[in-house]
Amino acid sequence: MEFDSPQAVMDALTAADYLPDERIAQVVFLADRLDKPVLVEGPAGVGKTELAKAVAAITGRSLIRLQCYEGLDDAKALYEWNYKKQLLRIQSDVDHDWDSISHDIFSEEFLLTRPLLEAIRSPEPVVLLIDEVDRVEVETEALLLEILSDFQVSIPELGTMHAITQPMVFLTSNNTRELSEALKRRCLFLHIDYPDAKREKEILSARVPGLSDHLANQVAKVARSIRGLDLKKAPSVSETIDWARTLLALSVEDVDEVVLGDTLHVLLKYQTDIEKTAKEFTSSAQA
Amino acid sequence: MISVITGFINELREAGVPVSMVEAIDGMKAVETIDLGEKIALRETLRATLIKNLRHERAFDTAFDVYFSNVPAPLEPDDPENAEDLPPSMPGRGQGGEETEFDLDGLLEALLDALAGLDGESLRRGARQAVDQLAGMEPGRPVGGTYYLYRTLRRLDLAQLEADLIEALMSAEDLSEFERRLLEEDVEARLEMLREEIEEEIRRRLVADRGREAVARTSRRPLVEDVDLMHATSSELADMEAAIGPLTRKLASRLARRRKKRSGRLDFRRTVRRSLATGGVPVDPQFRHPRPHRPEVWLLCDISGSMATFSRFTLQFTHAMSTQFSRLRSFAFVDTVDEVTDFLGPGIDFGSAVNRITKEAEVVWLDGHSDYGNSLETFYSRYGGQLTSSTTVLISGDARNNYRPPRDAVLGDIAKASRAVLWLNPEPHSYWDTGDSAMSHYAKHCTSVHEVRTLRQLEDFIENLTLPSGKTLQNV
Repeated sequence: MEFDSPQAVMDALTAADYLPDERIAQVVFLADRLDKPVLVEGPAGVGKTELAKAVAAITGRSLIRLQCYEGLDDAKALYEWNYKKQLLRIQSDVDHDWDSISHDIFSEEFLLTRPLLEAIRSPEPVVLLIDEVDRVEVETEALLLEILSDFQVSIPELGTMHAITQPMVFLTSNNTRELSEALKRRCLFLHIDYPDAKREKEILSARVPGLSDHLANQVAKVARSIRGLDLKKAPSVSETIDWARTLLALSVEDVDEVVLGDTLHVLLKYQTDIEKTAKEFTSSAQA
Repeated sequence: MISVITGFINELREAGVPVSMVEAIDGMKAVETIDLGEKIALRETLRATLIKNLRHERAFDTAFDVYFSNVPAPLEPDDPENAEDLPPSMPGRGQGGEETEFDLDGLLEALLDALAGLDGESLRRGARQAVDQLAGMEPGRPVGGTYYLYRTLRRLDLAQLEADLIEALMSAEDLSEFERRLLEEDVEARLEMLREEIEEEIRRRLVADRGREAVARTSRRPLVEDVDLMHATSSELADMEAAIGPLTRKLASRLARRRKKRSGRLDFRRTVRRSLATGGVPVDPQFRHPRPHRPEVWLLCDISGSMATFSRFTLQFTHAMSTQFSRLRSFAFVDTVDEVTDFLGPGIDFGSAVNRITKEAEVVWLDGHSDYGNSLETFYSRYGGQLTSSTTVLISGDARNNYRPPRDAVLGDIAKASRAVLWLNPEPHSYWDTGDSAMSHYAKHCTSVHEVRTLRQLEDFIENLTLPSGKTLQNV
């Protein structure tokens, strides 16, 4: 157990420049206490992956990351037999009898560990990040179930590999598809939304050194205002940070509609969104 | 405490949130690790363990507020002035009766200060006082919380409060319109805080008066997936739109699924690896997966008046699908049909797309009343030649034909030319074939017909979707 209370989690994360809200701190605390994986869901760019990195940083653990994609299979996620080495072993040993070789080539020496197996076989406890788990097919999700609930991997030729150390597991999802009930049941669920204006201002102040209080305030409010519009892709926290840096680099002291119009492409990445926002803000200025 | 939590879990289940046994046990275990006096800690603990879907959060919040509203706040003696109306079971009716003249202006001022300074504690105090004095709550009276909320807010005069607050927060004399806009949004958010405080206070008193179960029952609202699509409010529609994305992806993968057959090129790497089990002899050759099948989907959507809400939903669905299918064509019809694929392409703003469809698409031929027969015939004669055996035709409509001839034979032709015809009807099954509905005439030509009134039913439809592979069924 790493933390005494949710407050301790919050303080530690804040010190690592990740500003959590109460919900995040509470769930991280619970994950630590109950040894359960956390499924983090939310729109792109609210700091889901960052959270796992920050937790790794404050606990001093190393981070093992499994990036999910369509077509991910057990050979890439769990383990694989090093067949080239196995072939060499067979060929180098013509004299030995069959039994001893066949025993030999399916031993740990010939096992290539992939992120999931590595995370539980690591002698030091680690933080395991399974990123964008919604990208794998439903069938592949099943690969994760054993490791998430029992922290073990069964290898037919070798038996069950138990965890040496208990990793802290974070799964992130952008919710492009519904994850299976079985997976969700094994996890704590944490939905991170865009921060409110006050927290976003604090994030900006922490992440962008030299940003004036006034400007941080304005940036946070403009971001909230833009997110209120019906856009294809609302500005993420990382994009507001980029925007604040841009404003700082341009030595802007006060945001108005002209500045906003000129730098909108930092916040928004779709032309239709940019046009819509620009129209919205200039028309409110004329009204 | 255990009984309260089991009661709470029961209430969640009653409201339609699936909470499994394992999750309930997890919740209990988790609660043991925290300080029960901390309301936020309790809420987030239960939320993280019991709720696994964003769509269920609102139901969770409502139930949580009812079940745990009087755990901490009223018990802490925050200041002597408030200590006297401590027992929440006794709404301040007696007190209000004694003080004939109540200082509304003083209260408003206090609230204004609290909002301007973002002082949560005094805001709560103000809200409590406002409910005391203004809601006029009567124990045992069977009215809902919204009634009291409305009463309190009316007397508080929020519009005035908003204007005052804007003035109080205005930093400079002359604000540009841009700054004013930001300020107004800020004020809006703060007033929302006040509204929530008042709602919370009222709920606390209702619970004290009537008990948790009763209040929970009356404040229950249907989950997003159970809202009737024909009668959804615009805010409910907005919630649904968020849920559509994942569904379309699932539909895409369902339609792409094919019977397993061995094809594709030899996978050398896997074959060699497999061969090690047989001492290096490739006994069991492995093959690459066949290329995924690219489904072709045509969507026909009734956008007549009777289908207004539902068609907005199906168009939204189409719009979301257009990012998943490269070969998606969409058609809209009222009494004739027009292709609207280009209006709904990916990257196009949905709101303006709907506007353009209603303005520019030629879907009305005679009088603007649904005519399925003519629409289908026009559709077949105009586009039927392009149907192939890999085309899935999805029709969404209530089949209410305004007593015109159904002319359903043409649907049979469409079915023959395509892979499958699926019909989604937003009406309850028992209404089919009543009045001017010609559902059964069309149903006999369809591969299958589904009642899709709610998001949950749409999900089920997608979940259980199996298509004949490659060829269509003959007429049943």
